[in-house]
Amino acid sequence: MIDGKHYNFAFLDEGSKREIRRSILKAVAIPGYQVPFGSRELPIGRGWGTGGIQITLSIIGKEDVLKVIDQGSDESVNAVNIKKLVRECTDVKITTDSEEASIIQSRHRIPEIPMRGDQILVLQVPTPEPLRIVEPREAVTKQMHAEAEYSGMWLYLFEDLIRYGEISISSEYPVSVEGRYIMNPSPIPRYDNPKLNDSETLYLFGAGREKKIYAIPPHTKVESLCFADVPFKKEDFEGKSCRLCGAAGVYLDELIEEGTGRKVYECSDTGFCRKRRERRRQDGTISA
Amino acid sequence: MAYVAVTGGQEAIEQSLRLLEIFRNSEEDISVKSIQEHMSLLIDKIMSEAGLYSREYTALALKQCEGSVEEAVFLLRAYRSTLQRDYYSLPVDMGSMRLIRRISAAFKDIPGGQILGPAYDYSHRLLDFSLLDTKNGSDADHTAGAGPEDPDGAEDPDSAKDPDSAKDPNTAEAPDIICSRVSDLLRSDSVLQGAASDDDTPPFDVTCNLLTFPAPRSARLQTFARSDAGFLGGVAYSSMRGYGAVHPTVSELRCGYVEICVPYLLDEKECVCIGDILVTEVEALVPSSTETDEDFEKMTLSGGYGLIFGRNENKAIAMAIADASLQTTGDTPSQDEEFVLTHGDCLEMSGFISHLKLPHYVTFQSKLDRVREKENTHD
Repeated sequence: MIDGKHYNFAFLDEGSKREIRRSILKAVAIPGYQVPFGSRELPIGRGWGTGGIQITLSIIGKEDVLKVIDQGSDESVNAVNIKKLVRECTDVKITTDSEEASIIQSRHRIPEIPMRGDQILVLQVPTPEPLRIVEPREAVTKQMHAEAEYSGMWLYLFEDLIRYGEISISSEYPVSVEGRYIMNPSPIPRYDNPKLNDSETLYLFGAGREKKIYAIPPHTKVESLCFADVPFKKEDFEGKSCRLCGAAGVYLDELIEEGTGRKVYECSDTGFCRKRRERRRQDGTISA
Repeated sequence: MAYVAVTGGQEAIEQSLRLLEIFRNSEEDISVKSIQEHMSLLIDKIMSEAGLYSREYTALALKQCEGSVEEAVFLLRAYRSTLQRDYYSLPVDMGSMRLIRRISAAFKDIPGGQILGPAYDYSHRLLDFSLLDTKNGSDADHTAGAGPEDPDGAEDPDSAKDPDSAKDPNTAEAPDIICSRVSDLLRSDSVLQGAASDDDTPPFDVTCNLLTFPAPRSARLQTFARSDAGFLGGVAYSSMRGYGAVHPTVSELRCGYVEICVPYLLDEKECVCIGDILVTEVEALVPSSTETDEDFEKMTLSGGYGLIFGRNENKAIAMAIADASLQTTGDTPSQDEEFVLTHGDCLEMSGFISHLKLPHYVTFQSKLDRVREKENTHD
């Protein structure tokens, strides 16, 4: 349906793509700052990753290799759907191997295998504003960022700590970027937060509905907000491992086994899990 | 077929699309042209929310999506993103509108007369079972919703029934009805605040920029014009009922064709007409006493403005009320600029609501971790 006669390469017209690339450059120049942009409507629903898709469509070239994941999975319907759209309007190579990809678009996860300097991770963001939990009005949060007035956020964390004895924010855990802007890392689990710090790769964040783009360039200092005497805590998977590849110390999906009703675990990053199993199978055949 | 959100996504999507195909198909095919001609008001509603004036593509979108308004808006908006923006049209003088309908609730009679035109307002909403008979269907169609006779009889009855017929060479011979606007009369009487009409600031374009607050009036109006009709109706209704203070008088509601012109590339002083569009315009009046509460002498009338693609009367009135409401101050939702401007877009609201159908198990796992942790700390 996306034919060259009616549609441009990578769907958007060249003027729109240029405009989005300019916003990306600004975002890279001011790490953690939310750059407003004229978000375009796409054939995929707003709130379904259109910010990420607009970034991907604006930066993608014919030589790129694309991987798309949702919740860590290559096979998830949403990931499949986004891949299909990008492939139909660009004809680029699609992969599930995170090491082969030049652009990875993701929702809610950062891949397990550390990404390199020649790769870009594009994250989809539903609510770019980290201060939204303390202030609903955009006009006010914009001013709070300008003045680095983050006491409301710290108070929120402190009250949370007093009420629950733990900070109760599960995913989408706010970070401080280069000691300046507080930023929403998108709904990735806390497990993924440390990967943002001093990374080799460029992280681009796109919020289509909220019309914001922001970035973490390589080797940026990114700290999850916490108190000196209350350290930041990741999700606890101690004593658990993937039932398929045996990996421990990775982010796991909890499943209920059919029949037995037992709780079992699998790697959330399906590409990583598949690769481990293939490698083990190859090693097995060689040694046998 | 078992559906698993995560594995076999490719196949599941293909099968789902095939099923859609089955649901959409019918023994009796309906042509895009037929949708375009029979579903005028639906097409107008969708064009206004999509921000794209194309009756044919709207009819095509409707055919493609089983008549879902939000899906049709979606299709048109996505298509709109692929179009290069070559021109900005020149300001349109609404006084030059070729009218098919024009009423004023503020005055018993207005220069040029009241023209009832095509309206369901005075029709009896009784199911017309004669339409079930397909043979008579097309004939009965026209009488189904038409009101009583035109009070002025000033107008060609054909053009009153079918707005598209203005393009029809058969009716083009009838003289165009063009009248000056009621607000122009009031303005010369100095009871109306005229400042807004003389504002030549280039308009803010919400489709190319992020809306910031406080928003310029042009951004408010553009946002309202594209807003979901239901949302805008709710905002206006709440203001009229008492959550707000705007119960306006409709100075004028007019519906008709206006010409759209763009600057001629080789000579900026010249312009080229690229076609005409059907629009509904509403000017609503409210007493303005914001700063002169006790000073009755200084009280003037200020306006709320509504302009919508197509025959879209309630939305145009709602827009005028919402616009007027934002010019007042208070704590109600309809007076909260950021609230009403950020939550009314059809595509944005339906997109974000529907995204909840996507898998969320990674974040849910993270939530479980926190909930279990809390249980442990309390033990």
